[in-house]
Amino acid sequence: MIRFLIRRLVGAAVVLWVVSILTFCVFFVVPNDPASQYAGRSPTPAVLEATREKLGLNESVVLQYWHFVKAIFAGRDFAAGVDVDHCPAPCLGFSFRTNQPVLKIIESALPVTLHMAIGAAILWLLFGVSIGVLSALRRGSFFDRLAMSTALAGVSLPVYFTGLLGLQLLVYQWGVLPRPVYVSFFSNPYKSVVGLLLPSAVLAFLYAALYARLTRANMLETMQEDYIRTARAKGLPERTVIVRHGLRAALTPIVTVFGLDLGGLLGGAVLTEKVFNFQGLGFKAIDGIFQQDLPVVLGVTLVAAAFIVFANIFVDILYAVVDPRVRLG
Amino acid sequence: MARKRLLLQAGALTGTLALALTGCGGGSESSSSTASGSSSSGNAAPSGDIRNPSTTKGGELKLAATSDFDSLDPARTYYGYGFEFNQRFLTRTLVQFQAKPGQAGTELAPDLATEVPMGTENNTVWTYKLKPGLKFEDGSPITSKDIKYGVERVFASDQITGGPDYVKCLLTVCDKDGASPYQGPYKDKAGLDAISTPDDMTISFKLVKPFADWNYIMNLPGTGPVPEAQDKGANYQSKPVSSGPYKIVTYTPGKSLMLDRNPNYDQSTDPVRLALPDTVNVQIGAQPADIDQQILDNQVDYAIEDVGVQSATQARLLNRDGSIQDAFKNRVSTQNTGYLRYLTLQTNVPPLDNVHCRRAVQFAVNKVDLQNARGGPITGDDIADNSFPPSLAGAPQNAAARYPNGADHKGDIEAAKRELAECGQPNGFKTVQASSNTPKSKAVAAATQQALERVGITVEVKSFDAAQYYASVIGSPSNVKAKGFGIADAGWGPDFPTGYGFYSQIVDGRKIKPAGNSNYSSLDDPKINQLIDESLEATSREAFNMKYQELDKQLMENATMVPFVFDRSLAAVSERLKNVYFNQGYGHFDLATMGVQ
Repeated sequence: MIRFLIRRLVGAAVVLWVVSILTFCVFFVVPNDPASQYAGRSPTPAVLEATREKLGLNESVVLQYWHFVKAIFAGRDFAAGVDVDHCPAPCLGFSFRTNQPVLKIIESALPVTLHMAIGAAILWLLFGVSIGVLSALRRGSFFDRLAMSTALAGVSLPVYFTGLLGLQLLVYQWGVLPRPVYVSFFSNPYKSVVGLLLPSAVLAFLYAALYARLTRANMLETMQEDYIRTARAKGLPERTVIVRHGLRAALTPIVTVFGLDLGGLLGGAVLTEKVFNFQGLGFKAIDGIFQQDLPVVLGVTLVAAAFIVFANIFVDILYAVVDPRVRLG
Repeated sequence: MARKRLLLQAGALTGTLALALTGCGGGSESSSSTASGSSSSGNAAPSGDIRNPSTTKGGELKLAATSDFDSLDPARTYYGYGFEFNQRFLTRTLVQFQAKPGQAGTELAPDLATEVPMGTENNTVWTYKLKPGLKFEDGSPITSKDIKYGVERVFASDQITGGPDYVKCLLTVCDKDGASPYQGPYKDKAGLDAISTPDDMTISFKLVKPFADWNYIMNLPGTGPVPEAQDKGANYQSKPVSSGPYKIVTYTPGKSLMLDRNPNYDQSTDPVRLALPDTVNVQIGAQPADIDQQILDNQVDYAIEDVGVQSATQARLLNRDGSIQDAFKNRVSTQNTGYLRYLTLQTNVPPLDNVHCRRAVQFAVNKVDLQNARGGPITGDDIADNSFPPSLAGAPQNAAARYPNGADHKGDIEAAKRELAECGQPNGFKTVQASSNTPKSKAVAAATQQALERVGITVEVKSFDAAQYYASVIGSPSNVKAKGFGIADAGWGPDFPTGYGFYSQIVDGRKIKPAGNSNYSSLDDPKINQLIDESLEATSREAFNMKYQELDKQLMENATMVPFVFDRSLAAVSERLKNVYFNQGYGHFDLATMGVQ
């Protein structure tokens, strides 16, 4: 187990390193000069050059990358107006746009994304898996057809459609829900849940649909297995057969997908965050891209990649728990 | 949108609003106030036809913006709403716009200065006397040296970027690139000789050339006072020191800004601002449709960007005939914003480097379609035949169109074909049009494409992200030439409401820059350059205005600009908002007098 973890952590570090290099390269491949964005209107060549120097863009790409990596492990000094600010390790730099430390930006955005993603995950697991199981058990029934049609809609409709529709109908027109707003669960649990309900539900609608279809398919397959028939023949109650023998086996691929989906979402649900104006990681990443704010783009991309990589490792570990045939080593 | 300054569409309550100001400290107009409540002491009070007049203090003014301020440093902001917000709430300048509706709002009133002075020595020397008792938010006195320091900061292009820098080449002799020999107060502690402060209450500016609009320059927030001891260069924006009626309590970039009263602001020294709300809260980063809804729900009072409501909201506010629904009549209005929308035709991209090819485009465009692309007559009004915004002083009355494209403005195909023949392209030509990726810009490109196809001009449209469009796509002459952008969609509003404030950045050939260039067509016409220079030496405002009418004609002769509409917007405010009127000086509703009680 320890060897497995060490191997995966080294692999994760390599993946993150490659991601950082790729992000850096993509940023500089785009034929735009970020300095022109921050040099003010109609800058003279001297002002443009001074801006490049201030942002560190006058150095070679390799040197810039080296400074970025070094700052993560050893910190770095940055010019801050007429003063110099020390950014302690792990330093992801300062935003070109706001001059805030990128780590601080991520720290403020992460809870927003976390709240929304976890809320959505609870909803989609609850509804997606339950509906999938019930549909499988009542295959061909009206419920099954209705559930699968709804699931098809959930998979097909983009978040920016369901999000805006939900806002328009449930919030603005009918007033059923309050205007979505982020409140930390730890400061006011009730307001937090109510404020996050619509964004989480919109996100969950998409994923629940996928999970319902996946669970249904897995359950249908599992319930045809010989060992299910054997369990029934042994006289086990149907509930035990379904939950302990059928669902457990059907859940294995769900766990895999769930880990990856949650990891991906924690990296930022860009569209949902934009639709509901939740300033999470995805929102910051998109703003960073539009404003050519390299430190923010790099920082958020790395954090998002880290979530996915670590979600993968977590899923692998969980596999062993759900499926005794899998052994880590 | 052209320059950073978002002097975009704003609605106004034209015709129904007539704000008259009265009170001590310089207010001179008669009052017929019907407002109730306690009067703000020693200051102007709105009255007359103003919508929801009030002088009652208190409450929280709730504002919203879809994007953050470009900077809270008064010398680094160029957004239109940044100008207004900073100046009306945080930074006092020597002079300021009058708090009056419409055109009267373009006139100047004293702010820190005792009066709006006249220039002397052929408009090369401008001297201001300060009022006594002026203080920063920390209680320290505001002296002439703080104003001198504030102006000197603008020269420090290694730290202070983003804001207008007219002072650089007016107070020093710049080189051909527009760079000043003075490097700003961080590198050159000796200071700028052109600004003298014989005592704490007097400041005098010695210009290197005559400049009749100098008072308007002293109205830009970047010329406000900055206490040297608290200046952090580029980082000053994180907590600028207020000299205005409010001070910053909290600022979370991209999220929110909270202001509270500045206890050291003495309203008796201010003839314009009412400072009615106790606090000001700006919600930053919300979606445009969400802001519209919050305004209609009275959760937000006013959207400071003043870009007008979204199309979906527009449909809810208007009747089928385009009139405003009765339920919203007291909250919604439309007004020309002073912003010109136009197509730029490049002087360095063949075959548009030939004036006849450019004229062919002028004749062939369908301005009705272009108007509709901008939102139709309600938000895209009025069709423009020349480049001089009618909201500017000195705008020509009923000027004849140089390129009359049909009585219905849908294009003069015959005239266009004649010009194509003269250009040596009788069957038309191919060119590329750059546009930003906003829905309106895309619609403008499509309308242009369709209209020009009628005379054989094939337009390939290339769309770019709006955030970089002006700075590095069409603002980079080398990029424009390399990519062959013969046509580009652009817009422009005046930095200050005079011909110079409107034209100098967009047509002066000596101001073409390698990046962030605003002379998008790279036009360098000696006659136009000369007209700009001559205007600065004009001895009267009439003579000054005449130069710009002449410049407009010359610009149309060059055919590098296809003006198609003067922007109009449909804007909504909350029901509880008081003293609502449109100030043409800013091209926005005036924050100086807004209240909520």
